Amino acid sequence: MATQGVTAVRSDRPGAPGAPGAAETALTAAGVLATLKRCGISHVVWLPDSEAGFLYEALRAAPDVALVPVCREGEAMAIALGLTVAGKRPAVVIQNTGFFESGDSVRGAMLDTGFPFFLMIGYRGWKAGAPMTDSAGVYTDPVLTAWGIRAYLVEDDGDLPRIEQAYREAQDSARPVAVLIGREYR
Amino acid sequence: MPYRAALAALERRRREEIVVTTMTSSRVWAHVTQRPELDLSFGGCMGKASSLGLGLALGQPDRRVWVLDGDGSLLMNLGTLVTIAQHAPANLTHFLLENGVYEVTGGQPVPGAGTVDFAAMARAAGYRAAFRFDALDALEAGLERALAAPGPTFVTLVVGPAGALPASPGGPTRPARSTRQALAELRALLATSA
Repeated sequence: MATQGVTAVRSDRPGAPGAPGAAETALTAAGVLATLKRCGISHVVWLPDSEAGFLYEALRAAPDVALVPVCREGEAMAIALGLTVAGKRPAVVIQNTGFFESGDSVRGAMLDTGFPFFLMIGYRGWKAGAPMTDSAGVYTDPVLTAWGIRAYLVEDDGDLPRIEQAYREAQDSARPVAVLIGREYR
Repeated sequence: MPYRAALAALERRRREEIVVTTMTSSRVWAHVTQRPELDLSFGGCMGKASSLGLGLALGQPDRRVWVLDGDGSLLMNLGTLVTIAQHAPANLTHFLLENGVYEVTGGQPVPGAGTVDFAAMARAAGYRAAFRFDALDALEAGLERALAAPGPTFVTLVVGPAGALPASPGGPTRPARSTRQALAELRALLATSA
């Protein structure tokens, strides 16, 4: 089983936020959207949060990526399953708190079904170089590890290749693979 | 009305629809279905059959999708009514088998049994049409109209408990499939018929 915690893929490259000598960088909506398009994402099933809210205008304006808002995160996994069975390529974009709420859907609609799923999870509580005090952040890595879901940290546009890496891994393993968005909406 | 008779009335009018079932409706539908290759029994995460149906309907807009939900299941995911209404797939019909109980756990009443008007909730959420049938003759008389309405359509079927059924389903012989198998086979079927 491919299990790997977030710590193994934390941004340790030079220039990353929190790294020595880091410059001011950003994760841009244009960069994320272009990456999702390169992956062939057809639908973004989402509930906006502080970490992914910046994507809204770009997603809304993208004619070739359908935005599918939900009322509660647990709907997203089953909707993504239906889209996948229908031959589409969805991404699920939610916050870590909603991921916790969605446990039974992650199990029943993703882990048990044998299809690839790509998740972008807002990493509430994460702040590069600072101790994690928000329990939403503290429990994210252990919960992902318990589910056997690999995750990659994405903080700025330099991390965009990790989105493609995670997407490819999901396709290859026919399992859910996640990226954690460590960028707070400002 | 009798649970099985209500589903048999649906099956008699089914053509190429994908039918998503859950919990008790999965057990009963297995006795009446004539197109098991287009059936998906989805009980893995209770309450999410309608969400799965929404994803199928959005991904296959030229094919009709029926969801056979339960009242206990829908109560676990009421936000689905708003989510479905917002996306408004014209090819989705959301049936609710309202028996007032959690039948799979022994028949305990669901919250609000007999008082909640689910069709009114669906209409208020924004479904294009909503119907409620509490007798078989009324269902037989009104079902064609409900099925002809542009979706998303909500149809409450007030039924009694399904109770015990014969051990062997009466539909076409087909080896029992896991949900995983059924999902993979339906995906392959939809890919080849696209």
